[in-house]
Amino acid sequence: MEYETVIGLEVHVQLATHSKIFCGSSAAFGAEPNENVDPLTFGLPGSLPVLNWSVVEFAIMLGLAMNCEIRKFNRFARKHYFYPDLPKGYQISQFEEPICERGSLRVPIEDAVRTIGIKRIHMEEDAGKNIHDSRTQSSLVDLNRAGVPLLEVVSEPDIRSPAEAGAYMRTVRQLVRWLGISDGNMEEGSLRCDANISLRPSGSLKFGTRTEIKNLNSFKFVEQALEYEIARQMSLLKSGKEVIQQTLTFDSATGATSPLRSKEESSDYRYFPDPDLPPLVIEERSIHEIQEKMPKLPEAWYKELVEVYGLSAYDAAVLTAERSFVEYFREVFEISSNAKLACNWVTSELFGLLKKAGLEIHKSPIKPRDLGTLVKLIDSEAISGKMGKLVFEEMFASGEAPQTIIDRKGLKQITGEDQIVAIIKQAFEKNPGQLAEYVGGNDRLHPFFVGQVMKLSSGTANPKRVNDLITREINKLRGAA
Amino acid sequence: MSDITLLTASEMVSQMRAGQLSCKELCQAFLNKLEKQKGLNSFLTIAPEKVLARAEEAQAKIKAGSKEALLGIPVAVKDMILTKDLKTTCASKILENFIPPYTATCVNNLESRGAVVLGKTNMDEFAMGSSNENSAFGSVKNPWNPECVPGGSSGGSAVAVAARLAPLALGTDTGGSVRQPASFCGIAGMKPTYGRVSRYGVVAFASSLDQVGGFATNVRDLALLMSAVSGHDPMDSTSVKVDVPDFSALLGQDIKGLRLGMPKEYFIEGLSSEVKACIEAALKQLEKLGAKLVEVSLPNTELAVATYYILAPAEASSNLARYDGIRYGHRAKGTHELEELYEVSRSEGFGEEVKRRIMIGTYVLSSGYFDAYYLRAQKVRTLIANDFRTAFAKHCDLIVCPTAPTTAFKIGEKSSDPLAMYLNDIFTIPVNLAGLPGMSIPCGFDQKGLPVGLQLIGKPWDEAGLLKTAYAYESETDWHKRLPKIH
Repeated sequence: MEYETVIGLEVHVQLATHSKIFCGSSAAFGAEPNENVDPLTFGLPGSLPVLNWSVVEFAIMLGLAMNCEIRKFNRFARKHYFYPDLPKGYQISQFEEPICERGSLRVPIEDAVRTIGIKRIHMEEDAGKNIHDSRTQSSLVDLNRAGVPLLEVVSEPDIRSPAEAGAYMRTVRQLVRWLGISDGNMEEGSLRCDANISLRPSGSLKFGTRTEIKNLNSFKFVEQALEYEIARQMSLLKSGKEVIQQTLTFDSATGATSPLRSKEESSDYRYFPDPDLPPLVIEERSIHEIQEKMPKLPEAWYKELVEVYGLSAYDAAVLTAERSFVEYFREVFEISSNAKLACNWVTSELFGLLKKAGLEIHKSPIKPRDLGTLVKLIDSEAISGKMGKLVFEEMFASGEAPQTIIDRKGLKQITGEDQIVAIIKQAFEKNPGQLAEYVGGNDRLHPFFVGQVMKLSSGTANPKRVNDLITREINKLRGAA
Repeated sequence: MSDITLLTASEMVSQMRAGQLSCKELCQAFLNKLEKQKGLNSFLTIAPEKVLARAEEAQAKIKAGSKEALLGIPVAVKDMILTKDLKTTCASKILENFIPPYTATCVNNLESRGAVVLGKTNMDEFAMGSSNENSAFGSVKNPWNPECVPGGSSGGSAVAVAARLAPLALGTDTGGSVRQPASFCGIAGMKPTYGRVSRYGVVAFASSLDQVGGFATNVRDLALLMSAVSGHDPMDSTSVKVDVPDFSALLGQDIKGLRLGMPKEYFIEGLSSEVKACIEAALKQLEKLGAKLVEVSLPNTELAVATYYILAPAEASSNLARYDGIRYGHRAKGTHELEELYEVSRSEGFGEEVKRRIMIGTYVLSSGYFDAYYLRAQKVRTLIANDFRTAFAKHCDLIVCPTAPTTAFKIGEKSSDPLAMYLNDIFTIPVNLAGLPGMSIPCGFDQKGLPVGLQLIGKPWDEAGLLKTAYAYESETDWHKRLPKIH
């Protein structure tokens, strides 16, 4: 029997707000343990949550970007369980009333685009971290992460393969980075994923029994874990056994999934509306204001780059990987007005040097306006492409504007006829033997003289003009002889 | 008058300003009296050095001509309210040695108006109780009869004021915990409108019902205290952005034509005949002052106690989850596993009544029971709130009724019967469920010499109206001037 894979993902997106979701402590990653704490983070008696509005804005932005309906009347709920990294004994989350519902995300997969349904997006607080110290056989708790805002994005069970799951995750990451609501840094846990997976006979409409793989924190692990789980479930089903509904954990060292202790999954979370937080009412006006502030989304940019700017699909995909890329490109284009050339200089030359230097684009020593100016100079043949590259490298090293470098080094291209002819004559005088041969009919000496002229001009003469003028001068001499 | 502890807070303020009394002298007098009256067990923590240091600061300010409303006035604070660097236990073993790193907004408000925190008062553990017998640190005794309970849960604060161990005190009121002990101790007590006083730094019992309230020997002092603690606080999302009028402003105005609603459901079986007689006499007195008495109906009253005992424990079971022995508070010794650490720490740390309510709350929030209990109780809560809304919209400006069905009962009398105990709050609970302001003032004594309280219930934000009415009554009576025998 053939089986179809059915996957749904729950992605936790850690938001890049300055402060935590319900208190003023910093939400930054990487502080000393328990540095970013306050009475609420610590779960002290008498502490109360106050909602950080940025979280709501970020949630609405992602909801709008994922075509969701935005709920006007929101409530936060308490989700109870005991664990040392959960200081209040409950997590403040949303339960029956998530802020965003019924959306979709278009996910490019190879040459096609798949639309994956988004069931819901809700706001919640992250837990702290327990660190087990095997040396002292004790556990330590770091509450810096406790209260950092999360959005949980729950997909419909529309994903059909591990590759699609990976592509979906990448698209979510691209989008949250694009919107500037998360750094999407998987190593630091800014993006984590739980995967629900089941198999069903092809053509069947009924879902099979699912398992849930918890806490996958890289694209690779998502795909590996799902591959493993598909094979495991498949072999169970093919040998007539049943899949047991359970929660699994993935061991990246062995590449295998294994069940979590049943104790950890059989919780009754006793959700109820948090009485410390009044209902959150979102007005239409707020949604509009947020909509206005939203950047143009990657898909729209992609379309525009191909259809309006005339770039290739490949170039458009490279430029829309990050909003900072396309924004940089746009500035370069605005100055240079040559999309293809601007794209090449950004995606191959600039990206190459940035990568070598280990820099992000926003740290680029070359400002987009300067690169635009350089591209324009090249495009108008004010300098040659070869010169351009030298100037570019100098710009990258010094951060100077192209004109400064060109002026200092005297690299401006010589295009004036009189100037070029003067240099040609100089070349003729220095090489009387070759000149006689050339005038005598040996046209193969033409490149030799081009080279000589370029050398004498230190490469600043416009090669095309040099080319034409040498021919003209030789013809003159031939006519005279 | 030679005993300065018998002055009203307002008198203390004016005498201090006039230089007839020093703040240090006043505080020392209360500290001495506290030492003498230790047997009442009304205070859990007193830090005399801190009190005297604060008193000196206040004295310097007074000399410099500062005019803060409560400058130099000692205030007792229920041990449910956090005070930085001063132990706050909630009368629970689980917080026996807890020293808060921050101060509650309401206490900050008092201190910024010049008050001196005298100490922390005894209470029912985590404010769960109506008799103060649920304190992990012993019962509080009623100064009118030490064999009787002072009421609860803010019993220590009520006794502190009744015994003139402090002119003012803060309590918290979740189902009557300020009004009922005020009634049992013969003093004035107010629970303001939900959202009037910040809950930040007030240990949560049932967040949607908890409200900080105050005690005083007389209405004018109570108005002074309530004006000082009230106000919006950005740290408490449930505190409401409404102006705080000077609650004393209307004191002395007449109450002619004021329509006082008497809910027929409150004059029922179970109401002691002596209490009933006192209330009826008080109503006559109010009528004589020009108020009009009208009968009103609050038809869902009988559901209030049941509703409360679903919602309050539900919230409590959640609010008390943080006492897990991990970060602060009592941690059991000798445990080996995490679950065991939680179980033993909490079993050792919490008292019987707290455990009972955590279990009730956990049960009603469990999946499968949530709809039948919690959701249904929320609906009934809405009905109860609507009862009041209708009464105020159509029939009356204020509601008057008994604060409690009986006077103070004997210590031990009801402690083995939680249900009988719960019914003691039958007249106070609906007010919390509806989020309304309510207060209790003394309106007589029973034959055993125990005080009876008259409850006034107002529209949202109408604390000034309640105080005005109470003041009009108080001005015509002298119940509030009687002192318990200890004097």
